[in-house]
Order: sequence, then C-alpha cells, then structure tokens
Amino acid sequence: RHRNKNSKCNLYMASVTHKNAKRIEGLDKNVWITFTSVAADPTIVNLGQGYPDIPPPSYVKEGLVQAVMVDRLNQYTRGFGHPTLVKALSQVYGKVCGRQIDPFKEILVTVGGYGSLFCSIQGLIEEGDEVIIIEPFFDCYVPMVKMAGAKPVFIPLRLSDRKTDISSADWFLDQDELASKFNSKTKAIIINTPNNPIGKVFTRNELQAIADLCIKHDTLCLSDEVYEWLTYKGHDHVKIATLPGMWDRTITVGSAGKTFSVTGWKLGWSIGPEHLVKHLQTVMQNSLYACPTPLQEAVAQGLLRDYELMGQPDCYFSSLAEELQGKRDRIATILKQAGMNPVIPEGGYFMIADVTALNQHLSHVEDDEPYDYKFIKWMTKEKKLAAIPVTAFCGEESIKHFEKYIRFCFIKQDSTLDAAEAILKNWNKA
Amino acid sequence: MARQLHARRLEGVDKNIWVEFTQLTADYKAVNVGQGFPDFSPPSFIQEAFCSAITGGASMHQYTRGFGHPALVKILAKFFGRIVGRDIDPMEDFQITVGAYQALFCTFQALIDEGDEVIIVEPFFDCYQPMVKMAGGTPSSNLYTLSSADWVLSPEELASNLNPRTKAIVINTPNNPLGKVYQRDELQMIADFCIKHDIICISDEVYEWLTYDGAQHIKIASLPGMWERTVTIGSAGKSFSATGWKVGWAMGPGNIIKHLKTIHQNSVYHCATAAQEAVAMGFQREYDTFGTEDSYFKQLPAQLHKKRLRLAECLRSVGLEPVMPQGGYFMITDISSLQVDLNDPSTKDEPYDFRIVKWLIKEKGLATIPVSGFYSPEHRGNVQNYIRFCFVKVIWFVCI
Repeated sequence: RHRNKNSKCNLYMASVTHKNAKRIEGLDKNVWITFTSVAADPTIVNLGQGYPDIPPPSYVKEGLVQAVMVDRLNQYTRGFGHPTLVKALSQVYGKVCGRQIDPFKEILVTVGGYGSLFCSIQGLIEEGDEVIIIEPFFDCYVPMVKMAGAKPVFIPLRLSDRKTDISSADWFLDQDELASKFNSKTKAIIINTPNNPIGKVFTRNELQAIADLCIKHDTLCLSDEVYEWLTYKGHDHVKIATLPGMWDRTITVGSAGKTFSVTGWKLGWSIGPEHLVKHLQTVMQNSLYACPTPLQEAVAQGLLRDYELMGQPDCYFSSLAEELQGKRDRIATILKQAGMNPVIPEGGYFMIADVTALNQHLSHVEDDEPYDYKFIKWMTKEKKLAAIPVTAFCGEESIKHFEKYIRFCFIKQDSTLDAAEAILKNWNKA
Repeated sequence: MARQLHARRLEGVDKNIWVEFTQLTADYKAVNVGQGFPDFSPPSFIQEAFCSAITGGASMHQYTRGFGHPALVKILAKFFGRIVGRDIDPMEDFQITVGAYQALFCTFQALIDEGDEVIIVEPFFDCYQPMVKMAGGTPSSNLYTLSSADWVLSPEELASNLNPRTKAIVINTPNNPLGKVYQRDELQMIADFCIKHDIICISDEVYEWLTYDGAQHIKIASLPGMWERTVTIGSAGKSFSATGWKVGWAMGPGNIIKHLKTIHQNSVYHCATAAQEAVAMGFQREYDTFGTEDSYFKQLPAQLHKKRLRLAECLRSVGLEPVMPQGGYFMITDISSLQVDLNDPSTKDEPYDFRIVKWLIKEKGLATIPVSGFYSPEHRGNVQNYIRFCFVKVIWFVCI
C-alpha cells in the first residue's frame, strides 16, 4: 500500500485506512434494527420482538436491589462466572441432567444466551469449517458463523401433509436430507429447542437421530435451549447433552433473561465438558472478561429459590409455562378468527401463522422483498399490529417455503393481547 | 474427539494474568491490593440510581436499544460534547459496551485484519496484545525509554515502529500501570504521527477523572484533526467506583463507530438495561455538578490522592522505591532492594517479578501484580523488578 505523507491528499487514504475488518463484511444489516424502528410507534400493538411486557417475578427484582446494596457486589467478580451463580447453575443443571457438573470448569456465564453463542462459535469454529443450521433459525447464528469465517449449511424443517390444526410437531427434519448435510468439514450443528420461531420441541427420537450423526461424523453440537422451561402440556424438553455419547461434544446454552423474564439483564450460560468450555472461557477473557456482578448474584438467588421449588406449582420454571399456555391458546384462537392459520407451538413464546388464506395483495408495497416482509410493513401501517417476518430466520434458498408466515410473540400482558384481539376481530372490516 | 477443537484465533491468547492471579489470591485468601477495583462502596447516589432503575417500569428489565440505552447515550453525548467542544451525536457516535474491556474488543475486531499492525505503547494494560492477536493483527511494541527519570515516549522510537501495515496505535492515559498522564505536547506528537501516516488512534481513558498534583487529563480526540480518527474508550466502572457493573463505551466519529456496532450486534447485541439507566442518572448528576465540590469526579481523585501518598510512604518505609503516579489507580515500585529467599520450585522458570508476587501471595498473604505482565513477551526480560499496587483501597497495607 502506498503511503501518502501529505495529509491533504488523504481523502483516498482515509477511506482505505478506516475501512472495516473483513470479518464484518456484509454483516451490518440486522432484522431487529429494521423492525424495532418500524414498531417504535406507541400506537402500534407490538407482538414482534421477543421480550415480555409482563413483569418479572418480584423476588428476582428484590434480589437485585439487595445485591446492589452490598459493597463488594459492585466490584469485579470471577471472570468465568460469579461463584454463587456457577454453583447455583451446577445444582440446577446437575439435577436436570442427572450428572455432576463442575461449576468452575464446565460452566461459563455470558452476556445472555447471545453471548454464549458468540463465545462458542468464536472458540470452536473457524475458516474452512461448515456449520449445519436448521431453518428457521434465530437470526444471529448465520452472521456469527460467517464472522468466524465458516460456512453455514442449511436444512429446513418441513411441514408434513397435515392441512388443519397444525402444530410445531408437524414440522420435521427429513432424515436423509439431514444425513446428506454432514461431511468431514462439518465442525458443528446448531440446534434450538424449543425452537424460535416455530416453537418445535424436538423429541428424544429426533435428537437421537441428530446425535447419531454427530457421533458418526465427530461433530460438535451447539444446543440453544434458552426456552427450555417453556414447554406446554404433553411436551417435555429433552437435553441432547444427556444422550449417550453427547456430553463430550455438546455445549448447551441457557438464559437468565428467558428463564426469569428479564431479557434486559443479559445473562446466560454455556454448559459442557471442560475440554470445550475452556475454549469459550478463552474467548471470554479476551472479549469482555466478566459479566456484571450484582446481576449474577441476583440470578443466583433466584435459581436457588426455584431449585428448592422444582416439581412444585410455585416454581417459576413451570408456573411461567402454565401462564403462557393460556396466552398461547388465546392468540391461536384470535389469529384463526382473522383468517390466518397459526402453527400451535409446543414450546417457547412465539407462534407463526400462515397468512396465505387472507389473500392480501401487496404488489403496491414496493421493494424487492419476500412476501412476509411486505406483509409485515403493510400490517404495521394499515392494521397497527407488529409481527416479524419468518424469512428473517431462513437462508435464501428457503424463502419460498417460509414467506407466507409471520411470527407473533405472546409473552404479553392481557391488555396487549386484548388490543391485538380487537385488531384481528376487525380484520375483514373497513 | 479426534480433530482439533479450538479455533486457531485462540492460539497464544489462552493465558491471562488476571485469571491466574485472582485464582491464586483466592486460593491463599490474600489481601488483594493487586487487582484494580475499589474496596470501598460506590457513592450512594449511584447505588440509589441503580435501585431506582430496578424498581422503575417493566421496560427496565427488558432489552433496550442494542447500541446503547437512549438515556445513556444522550447524556454521554452532552457530557463529553461539552468537554471536547463539539456536537457529538448520541446515536451515531457511541457504542455502549460491557465495560471498557468490551469496547476495546469491539474496536480491534471491527478495525484490525490479519496482518495489520497495531502500535502498543509499553507498559500496557495486558489485554491489548491478546486482543490484537485474536483479531489477526500484529502488536508492535514500543518501549518507553527507561533510562530517563521520567517515562516518556520517544518520537524516534515511535516512528521506528511504523510500517505500511500499521493501522492503529493504542494509548492509555492516565496509564495503567505507570500512572503517567500524557501531556499536551506528547499527545500532539502522537496526533501528528497519526495524521501524517493516516493511523487510527485508540485512546483508553478509563481513569480520565483520576489525576493528581495538578496533572490535567487531555483527550487526544479534542486535538485538531483527531476526532475523525480516534476511538475514545471510557468506563462507568472506573468513573463511579462500580467496576462490577461492567458498563463502558466507545466514542468516536460515526463512520468508525458503525463498524464497532456491527461487531457488537453480532457478539452480545445488548448491554444490561437497568445498569445503563443508572449510569445515565449518574452522568446527569455529574453534568449538573461538574467542576463543583459536589462532583464525584472531583471528590474521588481528592480521596485517592491521599491514599496514594500513604501507600508511597509505606513502601518507602520498607526500603522500596515507588514510582509516583500522576494519575490512575496504581503505583509501581522497584523491588530490587528486596532480599527474598525464593525457594518455590513451581515458579523457577518465571520472571523475577512474577516469582516475587507469588511469594508475597503465598508467604505474606498480600496480592500484587507483576509489572512484566504489562510488557510484550519480547521485552519482558528487561523489566523484571517492578510490582504493581492498587491504592484504591481503605485497608491498611501490611508493611513488609
């Protein structure tokens, strides 16, 4: 590169020198940025972005107030996770997984489930690797894999032949297709159960099929289980890490934000074998070093409280799911009333709905965008109701499979759902 | 598993001085005068601000704007705009991060490519080097001239580090571990260098309020021609004595900050809402009281000035030679005069200062940090006789 010493002639040089690093090429767009601004208008009923507008449990908030009042809890804690928190996590997940989990070597506390995904991908994935991603996927998986220099390989969930009363259980992975995606370059597969956005809760058999392939091809599994407590009647969350042969090759991601309805606390964790977690810890010590102390202490106290209540109706892990089941059923009913075809989720707090039957013509909405993006923009403007387009969660090749679907978030107060109901009831009028 | 598990970007960055020494400190229950955090409480107004945010509306517990909570970026833009003397755009010119540490990470990841060189002025806060390496860059270290009584940056030596791949320089003022506060003419020298060679300046100013004996903190971004090429890093943890809150920021021109935003949105995306709200309230109060006796940014350095003097006295009383810091949290001291029988075989291959620090932890229950940890591996051999103390503590130092 030619060095021009005269600063006056630096217009060209400034643009070269201040150019971004290659790792972020093409990664600047983000669906949330686009859609949070679309729905920032307070007159719009926002069932788009995935966060509760119901309050978190009061003991969780109180725990944070108490932590802030303790002097030393306002200073740095252990980088890989505040001791009280990693010990609490070790207890809770030790019980759930039925194994001893070392709090210091097998757990890393991160900035949300998001931060766990980042540490895992940066720690274990690099140029030349392929990573299998199941569509539809939480949108950050792809840019994170690309930023690590690796290639995302997609496999879509496919809808069975069922025509009515569709649930997320009717979406499945074609086994031959799945097997065809694995090769010697496949470093990892990312799974998300319960799945965002469909709400599918992978069965033990389905997870076993994935596990068999991982073992056969010596592949890692990154299992995003942030919605693990939110499964509805008749469906149990299964941890792929507990299947034979899988503990040693799986990183399981969890989230305080989703567990305690405090997404704004941004705390999550990665749990797995020491020989994998140590690499995530290396990323952590070179990226942000430690997570906030008082927040970790408060999450620890919350976990310990609910650990004692596990199996009882008071336990927030199960009481939240019960509360959400009612909201799930209500939202499904009102979407049907408007003529949409919802996919009833087995877990999570999202519901996708097929809008084909509405026959909404959108050729007047400009932009060369998939149907669902146009539908959302139209719906936000004309109906004052916000949702998220499902093609934001899939690769280019699968757009045509998903572009008639939009995603609703139902972890919302009754008043929000009332407002949504009013809009959906009157859909065909005016 | 048969294959290599870890990504190559982790090679050579797996060791970490804090992980190593905080573990040892905890294991031996040593008095921690090493790591840089206060052992006193944050000011009550900031603790109250956090409590008030927590008991505020439901939105305080849910995601806020990824690039920075609006209330926080707005007050920071006002606050620093007044100091730097320009209109700073809250939405374009800031990225709020999980501590200044993450701001540094975003900066290197966003701007440094494989093969780029980054000049790091030694001694340096240790994370700069592994972060540059993890981004694929090459740290090019510039040794302070130790022969003179004052620790100064030689322009010739700076220029000798320049080559066609030099992308950025990292400075830290007030400096950790030395406590040096760069003077205007030194910053001007660095600024001239950056402008002449079209280099980005990464300015770590986390200790910006902590200057003593009349030393003035100057923001290099306020020098002519520098705003457009400087990323200035700040820390709420250091500003408000609440290091455990992990709220920091990168401030700079929008066309550079936008790249940090891309890293941030693909790594952690959001920072904790209530903590940001509390820091915003803290900064609003400091904006209103700036320059007055009520300002925490004035009270804290006054408080620390005395602790600094006390530590220096204590060290001299046992025959040690402290280097009096003009700013920051730390004091380094020459330990050459210490007569210690080091018979710990587990440390025999380590630099002398590492060995002394470990001996102090194990035998005297006192935790400090070896200063050679703040030098590049190539230069570590030259500086084995200093250890670093943090004086932001109320405890009495055990005079050895």
